[in-house]
Amino acid sequence: MPSFARGSIAVALFAVCIVLGCAPSAFAIPAFARKYGLPCSACHEAWPKLNVFGQTFKDNGYQLMNDRDSPIWQNPSYWPATFRITPNWHRESVSKVAVDAVNGVPGNQVERQINSHGFDLSGLDILTAGTLYNNVSFLLTPSSDNTGAFHFESAWVRFDNLLKSPWLNFKFGKFELDNVISEKRIMNLSNNSGSYQLYHFSPLYETQFANANVFGQIGDNQLGMEVSGHSHSDRTRYAASLFSSNDGNVNLPNGNSYTTYLDIDHAFDAGKLGVDRFGAFAMYGAAPTYYLTVGGSPLPGTGLGSKNFSREGVWGLLYFKKLDFTLYFQHGSDSAYFGTGTPSNVPLPPGAQAPSWNGGFVETHYTVNPQLIFIQRDEFVRMSKQPLVSLPSSLGNLDNYTFSLRWYPFMYSRAGFSIEPEYALTRQQGAAPITGTSLTSSSAFLGFDFDF
Amino acid sequence: MHNRSTSLLLSAAVVFAFSAACWAQVTQYDEEQRMNMESHIGKLTGHATAGEPLYRRFCIGCHGPIGDGEGENAQWIDPKPRNFTLGIFKCRSTPTGTLPTDEDLFDTVGRGLVNSNMPRWFPLSDQNRADLVAYVKHFSPRFAKEKPGSVLQIPPEPPVTDERVKAGQEVFRHAECWKCHGVTGRANGPSADTLTDDLNRPIKPFNFHDGTRFKCGETDRDLYRIFMTGLDSTPMPSFADNLKPEEAWDLVMYLRSLQPMNTPEKAIAKKLGLKPISPNAAPAQSETK
Repeated sequence: MPSFARGSIAVALFAVCIVLGCAPSAFAIPAFARKYGLPCSACHEAWPKLNVFGQTFKDNGYQLMNDRDSPIWQNPSYWPATFRITPNWHRESVSKVAVDAVNGVPGNQVERQINSHGFDLSGLDILTAGTLYNNVSFLLTPSSDNTGAFHFESAWVRFDNLLKSPWLNFKFGKFELDNVISEKRIMNLSNNSGSYQLYHFSPLYETQFANANVFGQIGDNQLGMEVSGHSHSDRTRYAASLFSSNDGNVNLPNGNSYTTYLDIDHAFDAGKLGVDRFGAFAMYGAAPTYYLTVGGSPLPGTGLGSKNFSREGVWGLLYFKKLDFTLYFQHGSDSAYFGTGTPSNVPLPPGAQAPSWNGGFVETHYTVNPQLIFIQRDEFVRMSKQPLVSLPSSLGNLDNYTFSLRWYPFMYSRAGFSIEPEYALTRQQGAAPITGTSLTSSSAFLGFDFDF
Repeated sequence: MHNRSTSLLLSAAVVFAFSAACWAQVTQYDEEQRMNMESHIGKLTGHATAGEPLYRRFCIGCHGPIGDGEGENAQWIDPKPRNFTLGIFKCRSTPTGTLPTDEDLFDTVGRGLVNSNMPRWFPLSDQNRADLVAYVKHFSPRFAKEKPGSVLQIPPEPPVTDERVKAGQEVFRHAECWKCHGVTGRANGPSADTLTDDLNRPIKPFNFHDGTRFKCGETDRDLYRIFMTGLDSTPMPSFADNLKPEEAWDLVMYLRSLQPMNTPEKAIAKKLGLKPISPNAAPAQSETK
């Protein structure tokens, strides 16, 4: 079995665990609807996807700016908490899984297609969010996987309108990077569609190594601070964050390296079509390539020999009345040390080079009305440079296709409920565990997504 | 006898059915006519048909499906949402009792209403807001029958002077603003606790020390417009017939001296050592209005 393929299976299983167990860490917060008396559709195109008004509300620090934002205006019994979970039925199919050639007898292995299906449960999000005072907001999200093991998905406090200007806001804690195309508000929930591949992508060959770059994940919430701002109309916005290269994990497991993330975007009033927005982002960071050891095992927090990685790209939200397109393009690059799993205190192997890739997705929505939305997404990643020149150029290339709809039988300002059937398929070149051929996985999913 | 009764009953039923059919047709016709409602804001034309889905998305929770202000959240909201079917609006540039202009409604939607649950819908596109205005208008038959009043002409704002701020305080006294707003503008005048709106619901006067924005805007011109057109459906009357334009500007300058931010008017009031008016010293209520 190719070692990188074995690694990819581990990564895939991890991803499945993340998607199925922890997701949806998505933000649709009926507590806000209850606070302000607005229906879900006021802020969400179809929840959890924000519309232009919801984006402004978020950018104002969960404030409508109508002098009723401070909690002092709320009935003392009001509690800004929301629970979200998704009972579901799903079928997973993986085209090539390594199994023993003779069942129960370790040794030779062969590839087999595995299908599994049944009733299941997502993780649970407890979303508490709102204002502590005028221009002081917070978000706290204890989140569990589907076994009930909790972690803190988000925990931040934000100071808004510093110097009486919307151009200066400051956030501190664990937060989602300023992705207007938010994975936390992704419309899909299945194993193969519940995340954007590019928000977590690393070259396939790289994923087999223990010191692979797992720090550069745009989709994961990070621990750090953010300065952000926007125009009064919220048409122009920016955000710059600085965070530890620990991928949002507590107790500083990796070391003393930092990563920066910057997003700048601008929206245009396109008349009868809607409000269209375009933006650009860049993430530059460093992360350790090896650790001090104790008894041969890495000592957490002692990361050394930091090397760089980067992600940059552009995105857009294009509206044509009921039809809209979410566009995203990313160029990514990791240091050759990450790509080949080489500690920076030893020489690189022959033929090593910094891996890089390009990718993007187009997510199309047709919003019939706030209670019915059709979703289709095509995502691709193409390697432009492999970590070793000897590797096949297509190794790790990835394609994903998703088809789904969300139906909200009712829409009001107290709770949210949606029924979501979906089908998604992912194919990655060279990821089969034994033959190193392409690996295909698919999900069929029917979820009852509710929060209150 | 029995036959006669039957005939009478049948006749009544026929008349009732015919009337009902006519009424239904009229109602249907009326509804279709109203859905043709447009709004015109500058070069924008809003259409009620385009505004309907927007209204259902954004507004229905408070203002209700038929625009009567009885949405599902109305019971929890204070002040209550506007009843659009009456065609009466607070924020106008037109005389009291008349319909607002489309621009007035457009501005209100974009600006929101402070100290209420009505948010600023400014993030929506201009076209969306124009469509919403057309749909809001379709709720009231007044918009099909009447035209908006003539727009209040606001003369240029004069320079801020000591005399004007002082004169504004005198206007505040003799126009009896203090009766509701209090002698210091803190919404604690002798009438404050007795005020009700047109539907007999308790209503509070504006506290000039609380916040920098007013119900219908935040500029000096907005403030001028508010008391010269009044806030229809509230106890705030129009002073268009009682104040001359220069007096109105004087009043604007005095009111600015009461607000919590640092304004030139506030500095002047401090320099002059202006003291709150004394209700007992207020000469006579008969001289006002």
